[in-house]
Amino acid sequence: MSDKIPVTVLTGYLGAGKTTLLNRILTEPHGKKFAVIVNEFGEIGIDNDLVVGADEEVFEMNNGCICCTVRGDLIRIIEGLMKRKGKFDAIIVETTGLADPAPVAQTFFVDEDVSARARLDAVITVVDARWLKDQLKDAPEVKNQIAFADVIVLNKIDLVSAEELLDVEQNIRAINAYATIHKTTRSAVSLDAVLGKNAFDLDRILDIAPEFLEDVHVHHDESVQSVALNLPGDIDPEKFMPWLNEFTQAEGPNILRCKGILAFKDEPKRFVFQGVHMILDGDLQRDWRADEVRQSKMVFIGHKLNRSAIEKAVEACRV
Amino acid sequence: MTDASESLTQRVEPLEAGAHVIAARFIGEQPVLALADGTVLLGMNNQPLRPHGDAAILVASTDDGALITGGDDGKIVSTKSDGSSLILGDEKGKWIDAIAIGSSGATAWSTGKKVVARDGKGGLKEWLAPTTAQGLSFAPKGYRLAISHYNGASLWFPNTEGKPEFREWKGSHLDATFSPDGRFLVTSMQENTLHGWRLSDGKDMRMSGYPSKTRSFSWSHNGDWLATSGADAAIIWPFKDKDGPMGKAPRECGVRHSKVSAVSFHPRALVVGIGYDDGCILLCRLTDSAELLVRPAVQNEGRVTSMGWNKTGNRMIFGTEEGAAGILTLP
Repeated sequence: MSDKIPVTVLTGYLGAGKTTLLNRILTEPHGKKFAVIVNEFGEIGIDNDLVVGADEEVFEMNNGCICCTVRGDLIRIIEGLMKRKGKFDAIIVETTGLADPAPVAQTFFVDEDVSARARLDAVITVVDARWLKDQLKDAPEVKNQIAFADVIVLNKIDLVSAEELLDVEQNIRAINAYATIHKTTRSAVSLDAVLGKNAFDLDRILDIAPEFLEDVHVHHDESVQSVALNLPGDIDPEKFMPWLNEFTQAEGPNILRCKGILAFKDEPKRFVFQGVHMILDGDLQRDWRADEVRQSKMVFIGHKLNRSAIEKAVEACRV
Repeated sequence: MTDASESLTQRVEPLEAGAHVIAARFIGEQPVLALADGTVLLGMNNQPLRPHGDAAILVASTDDGALITGGDDGKIVSTKSDGSSLILGDEKGKWIDAIAIGSSGATAWSTGKKVVARDGKGGLKEWLAPTTAQGLSFAPKGYRLAISHYNGASLWFPNTEGKPEFREWKGSHLDATFSPDGRFLVTSMQENTLHGWRLSDGKDMRMSGYPSKTRSFSWSHNGDWLATSGADAAIIWPFKDKDGPMGKAPRECGVRHSKVSAVSFHPRALVVGIGYDDGCILLCRLTDSAELLVRPAVQNEGRVTSMGWNKTGNRMIFGTEEGAAGILTLP
């Protein structure tokens, strides 16, 4: 498990500052060697032995799951890289500005050879503070990229006023309630903030600040939104798991991501799950500590989610 | 069935490869190992060769006289048993994804969608596949190449102007192999199945039930059987009859609690070498399923990635993911 190569996915709309961030990661003295998978050669400012061009070839898995798409080129490239273990410590995948992050993320869940050797560390999305509001109107890709992010680099904050910045932050929060936001100019963010996050590690996900849970209700984005729930006490797994499976199968195309930490009845350990569209991954993790309140927190991010139906369904699973 | 006394382990001479073994083969009587770090080890104690300079080797195959390697430098290099090498093609730094060797010195390779066929005289022909070319296989007769890609396979005559013939089957096709009699084309798929086409009438065959992807194929010397990796045994499909494996169950040889990662049929007998994820290697005789142990499971040396026989079939070379290798000499 621990010797799997961590993979950071770098997304962001055209001009947001993705390549600047990538160049920063590659040039800073951190003593790490990265294999970098890019969609276009030539933009990277420095020499790197392991820069691989990708085609962003997305295909459907022929497994009856309509929203299960993977990046075929990524499977092949990672297979090729893994033959050269020891030449690099981590992989960075840069996507095009118009790319949907779902196929990239799903590749790490669906392909057994990839998931045996590499693990998704985090999806980093670079956002342009100045133009985000316009982009949200015109570019559906931007919403998806924000919805998928574990970490958001809110860039070019020097180009906006304090009020505008607050407004942009609220726009982001309305789409994604749990991502960590770093405010930057010229993508200047400390590398610890974007690398080695273990954001996809089931045990470390979901640190939603309680205040967002209320905020989200107010500023919700019409097309992509977070439905976040926080329920004190225990949940009956016999009721909840069938509902979750059914819900993600039925609503999979609309659910971009979901994550949750649950307190199951008579279970001393925390149950942690996450998913991308229809694909769910869940496991019992560490014990609930004596100083922790047993509660269940979860977030669903997606299109056309029926908040009250979700709330009602989960409420019915409480013990 | 494995009997501890029926062991060939004493007849294996270990080799130190030192890096992921892409291909373990014989060129004539010379053993050769192509390694992912770019090294080629020819013979037993010769100097390591670097046909791709500092670059890595991604794919490799052999014909009777040479090892052909494709690197992440975009080059396709032929290395002869005397150590001399020749650059057959140069795709300018693009990764070479697949390689195939045909009769009369023909070679083919692909990078992304681009497929190049090179005839024995050095003439080059190019074709752009509709999506990335994943696997290549020359037909046993005639200058014809099968290319597997997303949603099917294409059959291309590089020396004709006509469009390649497209055989459709939904899903992502990985490696491709022609049956030695040229009647069937088989591909492995992302969805853990094999797909086959009978070329005379285009009839589809599905060979399913694998718990993981098949990445190693081997045809028996008489062309009657196709051994495949991807399950807890070598899955061996019958191709002797007119209908091939249609409606028939495969044979399972060497059932163990480890996944088969490589298969290689003996060049003269119905005996198949089976390599596993845990490093174990067995020889299995098809006629009575008798098994002989060649190599026990070895911790930390990785799965068996490649195996190959010499022409007479008295020696078999193998290599693993972590750079272990060896040569079996049969009594």
